[in-house]
Amino acid sequence: MSDNQYYYAVARIRSKELGLLNQSFIDQLLGAKNIEEAMRLLQDKGWHMPEEYTTESDRVEKMLSAEKKKTWDLIAELVPDMSVFDVLLIENDYHNLKAAVKEALTSDKHPNIFSSGGTIDPQVMKDAVESRDFSPLPDEMEAPASKALETLLHTHDGQLTDVIIDRAALEAIGAAAKKSGTPVLELYAQLKVASADIKTAIRAVKTGKDKKFITEALAPCETLDTERLATAASEGMDAIYDYLSLSKYADAVPELKKSPSAFERWCDNLIIRNIRSEITHPYTLGPLAAYIIARENEMSTVRIVLSGLINDLPEESVRERAREMYV
Amino acid sequence: MGIALALLGAASAALFAGIGSAIGVGRAGQAAAGLVTEDPSQFSRALILQLLPGTQGIYGLLIAFIALSNIGLLGGQVDTGMSVGTGLMYLFACLPMAFVGLVSAMQQSKASVASIGLVAKRPDQFGKSMIFPAMVETYAILALLISILAINGIPR
Repeated sequence: MSDNQYYYAVARIRSKELGLLNQSFIDQLLGAKNIEEAMRLLQDKGWHMPEEYTTESDRVEKMLSAEKKKTWDLIAELVPDMSVFDVLLIENDYHNLKAAVKEALTSDKHPNIFSSGGTIDPQVMKDAVESRDFSPLPDEMEAPASKALETLLHTHDGQLTDVIIDRAALEAIGAAAKKSGTPVLELYAQLKVASADIKTAIRAVKTGKDKKFITEALAPCETLDTERLATAASEGMDAIYDYLSLSKYADAVPELKKSPSAFERWCDNLIIRNIRSEITHPYTLGPLAAYIIARENEMSTVRIVLSGLINDLPEESVRERAREMYV
Repeated sequence: MGIALALLGAASAALFAGIGSAIGVGRAGQAAAGLVTEDPSQFSRALILQLLPGTQGIYGLLIAFIALSNIGLLGGQVDTGMSVGTGLMYLFACLPMAFVGLVSAMQQSKASVASIGLVAKRPDQFGKSMIFPAMVETYAILALLISILAINGIPR
């Protein structure tokens, strides 16, 4: 889609960016004495306040899902062809595929395990897996869905099934980003795949997986040599650190040494820092994509802060997990 | 033949500068509509920024008027015997406005769109936001000046 079609959309997004949460607001939220005070601050910022809820966690989840809906409704109003943003939604599809495959082999049914907000209706996914007819699914999903189901049927190895689907998800994210032709989405996908590969390598070391397994689990990445990463992962944690120190992701090493959550935070911050230049682009699709990512990022930080307040976690430990803001 | 060339020059000035302005005002108008959707109080500011790329069309019209007037088409005294050399002089005299008008209007619209984004985020910076697209106007004015001087310098 040509860039010159987004003059109206970007101008609206510029106004909407004024409503994004900034770092000083997050500091204020972190300083809230209790959940009520934090919710009041968010309400003042125009965030949705659910009137009916069962627990505080339910209230927070309802608020976040309403905010998510608000963001996607706005984008749907601005962009006639939403498929360009599939790259941001594909993860939900593959999560649902994982749930459908596992549910197909158990007698228990759990309607709440499916996540909304993907590009494929979870019911279509469920029906496809149950009937073993994967043709209603997108072409790139058919083969991994069938392979994952076969693997689970024959090996009952849930972890192996996850590896097949996770890798397929990362490949689909990369392909969708390329198809979108939007540099910010391509960058997002690149960072997403790289951080997922690093996480997979670290997990493989901790669970003592062999090189063959690791090689199959790592998705192709433009900024990481997956062959070298797999070799390093088969040798141990220090070998991963040594390899990463020489890569584009050298800054990840101290965070990985700290904790998995510090690395997660670093990954999210890296994406936000890299998309921040979109604040100055006047008419491309980039600012819209960056706005969605920024909203998702602030929602994840709000979830962390509010969960901390609900569970009485010390402010410092919550502050360590809070993400950097886009504005 | 001479009169046809002179007419081609006048038409080019109005045509190309007009096309540039139409595209420019259209682009900036989309951005202005986006801003006003979110904040209707910004209407007047957005309108001014939208109109900035529209001036090239007016300059093109002015050049076309002067050229048509000088060749007698407006007064009904058409010089049908105009030499090819004189016709070419009118044509070339109109070209600066035609081409600079087209390109500057399109580029100015991009600056206007960016400035509308600036106003969306910082309404108090409207004065500064006008300066950026206005800088592009300089080159349209220079072309206008050259076209006027050149047309008036053609011996009648």
